[in-house]
Amino acid sequence: MQISILLVTLLGMAFVAAAFVFVVLNSGPRDEDYGGIAKRGYFIRRWWMIGLCAAGVVVSAWSLVPFPLQASSVESPRIIQAIGRQWSWELASSSVEAGEPVRFRVTSLDVNHGFAIYGPDDQIIAQTQAMPGYYNDLDVTFERAGKYRVLCLEYCGLAHHTMVAEIDVKERR
Amino acid sequence: MTASELEYATPDTQRTPVVKLYLGIGLLVFAGLMLVGALMRAAQGATTISIGPEVFYQLMTLHGAGMVGTAGLAALAVNWYFLSKYVRLNQKIFLGTLVLSLVAVVMIVGSILIGKFAAGWTFLYPLPATSLGLWSKGAALTFVGGLLLLGVAFLLVYLDMGIAIVRRYGSIARALGLPMLFGREPIDPTHPPAVVASAMVLIVNVAGIAAGAIVLIMTILHLIYPPLAPDALLMKNLIYFFGHVFINATIYSAVIAVYEILPLYARRPWTVSRPFLAAWLAVTLMVLAVYPHHLLMDFAMPSWMAIMGQILSYTSGIPVLVVTAFSGLMLVYRSGIRWDAASSLLVLSLFGWAVGIVPAVIDGMINVNLVMHNTLWVPGHFHFYLLLGLLPMVLGFASYLSANGQQGRTGRVGAMVYAVGATLLCLSFLVSGALSVPRRFAVHEESWQWLGDVGALSGGIVLVGTLMIAVPILLKLPRARLASISESG
Repeated sequence: MQISILLVTLLGMAFVAAAFVFVVLNSGPRDEDYGGIAKRGYFIRRWWMIGLCAAGVVVSAWSLVPFPLQASSVESPRIIQAIGRQWSWELASSSVEAGEPVRFRVTSLDVNHGFAIYGPDDQIIAQTQAMPGYYNDLDVTFERAGKYRVLCLEYCGLAHHTMVAEIDVKERR
Repeated sequence: MTASELEYATPDTQRTPVVKLYLGIGLLVFAGLMLVGALMRAAQGATTISIGPEVFYQLMTLHGAGMVGTAGLAALAVNWYFLSKYVRLNQKIFLGTLVLSLVAVVMIVGSILIGKFAAGWTFLYPLPATSLGLWSKGAALTFVGGLLLLGVAFLLVYLDMGIAIVRRYGSIARALGLPMLFGREPIDPTHPPAVVASAMVLIVNVAGIAAGAIVLIMTILHLIYPPLAPDALLMKNLIYFFGHVFINATIYSAVIAVYEILPLYARRPWTVSRPFLAAWLAVTLMVLAVYPHHLLMDFAMPSWMAIMGQILSYTSGIPVLVVTAFSGLMLVYRSGIRWDAASSLLVLSLFGWAVGIVPAVIDGMINVNLVMHNTLWVPGHFHFYLLLGLLPMVLGFASYLSANGQQGRTGRVGAMVYAVGATLLCLSFLVSGALSVPRRFAVHEESWQWLGDVGALSGGIVLVGTLMIAVPILLKLPRARLASISESG
């Protein structure tokens, strides 16, 4: 997913860059009729604005319905309590089955932490914040068996980068 | 200028001296903190140098607090300089703000380098009070107190700017152009964009700094009396509201340099219009309301705030892409512009700001944030805004102020070196984010380290470009006399 996000981003950035390169390359010779340039510019700008707004509506609808942070429709996921503290994770269980819906109930005993699950390919698959005084429910269904890791993604002090836990995802029996 | 305009304007002799001080100090600090940034990336690369986690996180705190504070002060200098063309500002208050800010800087730097404070510039509650022995309560109090003093310094000069604007324009709303926007007054093409931008900055940043002051005072009280423990989510909301507004206000302050200087180069006017005023009203409201996009991974937040955060992230990019960047490009197209250090940097700044919107908007989507939040994607997008947006605005302004932009071949090459280095650095952050490399990690895993090396190299190139532009400016600045409008272009 992340690589697709990167490619879409680079495409959008290349479009903006192309507009700038075009204008810089066409910055001369001087055209004294700025009124004419402005008129054409405002015409393009109107459609540019309409296009951006239309894209915004489509992308928002596509990405917000259904609301991505809602707990999944699974009736009774397996609940695993995850507690962060400087500088370790305490998971009620570190073993799950592939395909099994799991709800991590995440909190912290001291400062803010970030509960990020990394897949066997070292890519983040999901995350939430671990906050003192709050529980954040993170629904995950591990698709593949393997070693997953939980890293802290909210800076929490000296050994922040060492705050790692492992989740062993086994093949479904 | 008409006689009545001259009556309101700050006398010419008072406009430049303190601005030069701000810029001189700002450029030196920027260069120093760039070196710190490059060292951090090199440490993550682990090929050339090694820095222990304790020192790394101190440097990280120094880099963040220093860059945000210096960006704020440098952008303030741009804002003050151009606003003083239209309203009578008090030079002594402006100097007072600088003096107070320098005291704040001493407190912040001292707390980090002597007190070993390393909770990050966002001082995310309750971390300042929970160091597990790494730094003392006194160090945390000094850091937080320094930030509070910095806020007071900004409020002081904003008070003067606000009073001066009201004296000349009747109200902040009128300076923002609201009567013209809503048809109660005819569009006045002579109403300066600099005044519109200043009004916006005053509105949002006074609110932002006020929220910052509240959260800083609550943090101080918690440090002094730990049982007084505010709600962590409330504190997080206040911190991100303050941080988001403050850093955005720096860009909206610094962009005044583009509005004022680029038309001189293009020999075309940048006048206010209804879309321009609508865009500035929209960003005023959106900058105040968009901060929940920093809290998308806090599922305890109400859903409507997350939805609002995503939608406003997108819409707040539209005024920049449709009005400011587009108008800037229209101004330059077939203008016969003179390409020197200042004009190159100002156009580069529009590019950096506009292009940075793309990764920012994409990260503002909840689905994307689930896998990108707190990875190096985040510094990727904000370095586009700040390193390729805000800083070239400041450098372009400084170049114009000190040398009328004419820094010769060194200046032009410097701008190019800077652009290449900064683009590489930002892209290296984005690629790192796409590979799930976390931000704020002192030690990187082996598979991530090559990206740290690329970042360090890019950072070094940025520093070389900055020095090529800034050193001649610093040498000329003390005696520089700004060319008047009629002399330039």
